[in-house]
Amino acid sequence: MVAIPSRHKSLFLLAGVVLLQILLLAVQIRRDSQGRLIRVWTVGAVTPFERAGATSVGGIRGAWRHYFALQNTSRENERLRHENDTLKLQLNQLQSKAAEADRLGMLLSFRQSHQAISMVVARVIGTSADTASQTLYLDRGERDGIRRNMGVITPDGVVGKIIESYRDASQVLLLTDKDSGVGAMLAESRIQSPVGGVGEPLLTMKYVANDDVVNIGDRVVTSGMDRIFPRDLPVGTVTQIKAGNPFKLIRLRPAANLERLEEVIVLLSLQLLELKKDTTAAEVTKKAADGAAKTEKP
Amino acid sequence: MNDTYDLRIAEAHIEVHKFRGGTIAAATIIALFLQTSVPVYFPKFAVLDLPLLLTIYFGLSRRNPSSGLLLGMVIGLLQDSLSGRTIPLGLYGIAKTIVGYLASSIGARLDTEHPIARFALTIIFFGVHQGLIVVTRRLLLAQPEGWFTMHLAIGAAVNAIVGIPLFMLLDRLRKN
Repeated sequence: MVAIPSRHKSLFLLAGVVLLQILLLAVQIRRDSQGRLIRVWTVGAVTPFERAGATSVGGIRGAWRHYFALQNTSRENERLRHENDTLKLQLNQLQSKAAEADRLGMLLSFRQSHQAISMVVARVIGTSADTASQTLYLDRGERDGIRRNMGVITPDGVVGKIIESYRDASQVLLLTDKDSGVGAMLAESRIQSPVGGVGEPLLTMKYVANDDVVNIGDRVVTSGMDRIFPRDLPVGTVTQIKAGNPFKLIRLRPAANLERLEEVIVLLSLQLLELKKDTTAAEVTKKAADGAAKTEKP
Repeated sequence: MNDTYDLRIAEAHIEVHKFRGGTIAAATIIALFLQTSVPVYFPKFAVLDLPLLLTIYFGLSRRNPSSGLLLGMVIGLLQDSLSGRTIPLGLYGIAKTIVGYLASSIGARLDTEHPIARFALTIIFFGVHQGLIVVTRRLLLAQPEGWFTMHLAIGAAVNAIVGIPLFMLLDRLRKN
């Protein structure tokens, strides 16, 4: 057996450790296992601290706003903000219905059943430890019915989708991540094309032919084709258009403020539910509000 | 032979620093906690890579390549496991293992106590770290990624600037 000189032991250790991690990468890619057990342990160890941190920050912020800063104004403002969020969600759905009515006519619209989805409100308690990937941790997980590939929204628009669900926490891949994507279409022309992230604040809309007419400021909404998000949820607004080969290069500003997320709504059904005709947007909103109330309980 | 002898003479006056019990583990946990929590409230904080700064600091201070690379591996794997399914376990592990090894090897040969030296080394190691991630992504994961962006340049500068007071703070946790 050849003895390793002591001066080179660390070099051999380095080679061995790097090789082991390369093998670990290879195994994950081959099996798509992603080392779930290690992640479960690490997330399980860190999320209680994150939850405590979020609660402490929330408590300190709440105390300051409610008792030191502007006792009544702050509370009133918070109530109005909640109401505003609820109304925005309602407004989006009413706009969607109005648009459908314009396109398909009053009779067809009257016959169509509305779609409603069960949902839960979750608080953002952490972000990715990686500076390049765009993910968030939520304080709700499998116990609340959250599973992988469920859609995540705010009243402003699409946020992303669940990529991992743990017992009491889950992880969201934001729409701005390079690996993210959502089935979308232009709200006016109904031209369909997936929208994805590039790791920057703006999104890209792919596969829109150069012949198609797109204008700055056009709204982009979900198409429902990905079977994750219902149709007509706001995705973003067109901010840049360049001619490309063979498709236009279109950049969008996300409808939801993805850099300032504290609470989100998780859509709990992977398959869209067909409900009775009289199921209204208010009912969907009420569910979100119930979820919010549940969140605030200790 | 003479080179080796001279090197050993030169290394003889470089002090190896030790830390109070639990310092490294506690610093690692706090860094990971801050890395995942603070950006929720201050998104710009995400430009900092606190786990990398710790890998560099403890590598430079302890000056033992074996412990430097093992610490880098542990910190990197923990960072991977908190980074979601889009980051496979090992991506940051490999990069931080090598940075830990290089930092402790350089720490054993140079005086790295001066703030300017620490500033320069942090920028260099940030670049090496990013380069290793890009290489790993391109070669092992088939994920094309650019070598340089302005965001990375800003990240290198910010991490180096924050590194100076952070390293001074960590200096106070050394055993005398």
